Amino acid sequence: MSEADLSTPAAVAAPVAALPPEPGALRAFWRRFSRRRGALAGLVIVVLLGILALGAEWIAPFDPTATDWGAVRAAPDPTHLFGTDEVGRDVLSRIVFGTRASLGAGLTSVALAVALGLPLGMLAGYAGGVVDGAIMRLTDALLAIPFLILAIALAAFLGPSLTNAMVAIGLSATSIFVRLTRAQVQAVAAEEFVEAARAIGNPPWRIALRHILPNIVPAILVQATLTIAAAIIAEASLSFLGLGQQPPEPSWGSMLNTAKNFLDQAPWMAIWPGVSIFLAVLAFNLVGDGLRDALDPRERR
Amino acid sequence: MSDSPPLLDVRDLAVAFDTDGGTVRAVNGVAYGLREGETLGIVGESGSGKSVHVLAMLGLVPRPPGRITGGQVLFQGRDLLALPERHLRRVRGAEIGMVFQDPMSSLNPAMTVGAQIAEPLRLHRGLDGRSARARARDLLDLVRIPDAARRLDHYPHEFSGGQRQRVMIAIGLACRPKLLIADEATTALDVTVQAEIIALVQDLKREIGMAIIWITHDLGVVAGIADTVQVMYAGRIVERGPVEAVFSDPRNAYTLGLLRSLPDLTRGRAGRRRLRQIEGSPPDMRFSPPGDPFAPRNPFATPRCRIEAPPLAQVAGSVPGHLAAAWYDLPALLAQGAGR
Repeated sequence: MSEADLSTPAAVAAPVAALPPEPGALRAFWRRFSRRRGALAGLVIVVLLGILALGAEWIAPFDPTATDWGAVRAAPDPTHLFGTDEVGRDVLSRIVFGTRASLGAGLTSVALAVALGLPLGMLAGYAGGVVDGAIMRLTDALLAIPFLILAIALAAFLGPSLTNAMVAIGLSATSIFVRLTRAQVQAVAAEEFVEAARAIGNPPWRIALRHILPNIVPAILVQATLTIAAAIIAEASLSFLGLGQQPPEPSWGSMLNTAKNFLDQAPWMAIWPGVSIFLAVLAFNLVGDGLRDALDPRERR
Repeated sequence: MSDSPPLLDVRDLAVAFDTDGGTVRAVNGVAYGLREGETLGIVGESGSGKSVHVLAMLGLVPRPPGRITGGQVLFQGRDLLALPERHLRRVRGAEIGMVFQDPMSSLNPAMTVGAQIAEPLRLHRGLDGRSARARARDLLDLVRIPDAARRLDHYPHEFSGGQRQRVMIAIGLACRPKLLIADEATTALDVTVQAEIIALVQDLKREIGMAIIWITHDLGVVAGIADTVQVMYAGRIVERGPVEAVFSDPRNAYTLGLLRSLPDLTRGRAGRRRLRQIEGSPPDMRFSPPGDPFAPRNPFATPRCRIEAPPLAQVAGSVPGHLAAAWYDLPALLAQGAGR
């Protein structure tokens, strides 16, 4: 509330600016982020999806795997707000539980990709030479294969399960982070403050961790957020193909797969998972863009 | 000079860079000494080797493409060039502090100022967080930043340019070094701020007593701060001596050129003269033809200048320690009316 008040009328802003300049990096960041409506809307959706995923047991009106042969492909009504599917399961409950698979896959796979990609990228960017060459040629080879194709191949190789899908997506996204981290490290390492850090006697590992790493976190964070969106699509695609979440456990992707057979008779079976994927992906992209805009200008000024 | 061994003794230091276009010989046999507590101003244009040679002393020249091709740098009797990197790290920031040119880019934007001042103390003095912080606050006080305790938690972008340079000086002085090297430390600042920083450094020198190497291309700054001035051109020292002697009685044509390109505000209206520029441009350091590198731009050059590089030698008829590299006799030529 108070944040919104600050940004609107100039008459209010002037006395506020006269107060001791104690914005704190976080508050200044929040002010820039919240000024963007899209980013704020995205954040709201992400938070709501997070609540759904964490509290699925309490929020979902029905057991997502309980069948009801008396209500097969029932149209939306007050009992089943989103209708039911081909074996009488409540679509709303499956959507709610599907959030867990989607967000879980998005976050876990990106966490894996960052955990692998960041150290490799730092090593390549900071050590240079043969190490850099070896890591980057491997990365180039992986980047030559389209992200989704690689994920499908890996998932098929590992065997169909949600966990394996997460690993497959994470491994496929790793090269993105290796590349980004390396480029960022090289850019920051050329800055004068790194030379100044060397001039006060910092050993190389300390320069990498204390001086370079904190300065590349914003870029990594932005890329991670955007990659979560891509990972959610990838999870849905793998589940659609039967390589992700296994039935009867719900996933938006596998729901779409069954729904495609009943598009004429029960369009709600396809609409809700589709809308969910769309909203989740849109929300993470909006947040990612908002983060980029809010984090970028700080460093340069 | 004095009987005690100098704090710093640079002997025939030479640095080269390997580039695609050939080897650039950036520093060619620089030799000089620095006493404890002495302030040395090093003047020269870009590419004169003034910055590179101090970076080389501290092992901060990136290798490759840089290469130290010869010489010794004795600091308190130890040859810095022969020290392994691990030992050299204990000299950097502890015994030799360094302040860089651009205070906007030489502080880490993602670290509080307090943490950055505390860093050398934690690295070299092994202080824990709390005592390093207390020292950092004292240091901010020392460089006259008001409200030090609160400012410790601020980030560099919350400081003005002059304040940031004060912070850099605080970092440089944190471990009470014997030598502070300031590489163009006031060049990026406004003139008024520049004057403040110079006044600060002079105060600190009185309080702490460290020796200073002040690298600049601004002769006015040198006049204000240094005991000794050293003029560099094309990787060599062309003239060196006590500030008054060099400024009043320059013996190298390049020094004279630098002095003539400055306005003299003390002369008043009557003494006004046209400012002179030095014709031509600095030599391409990939090729080192024989002779004095300044000869092609030098109106006083003699035939010998083009054949043989002059050694740096004591100047006849000036104070001891006034050295110049010249085959010609500049005062005599000026008296004859040459180079007007």
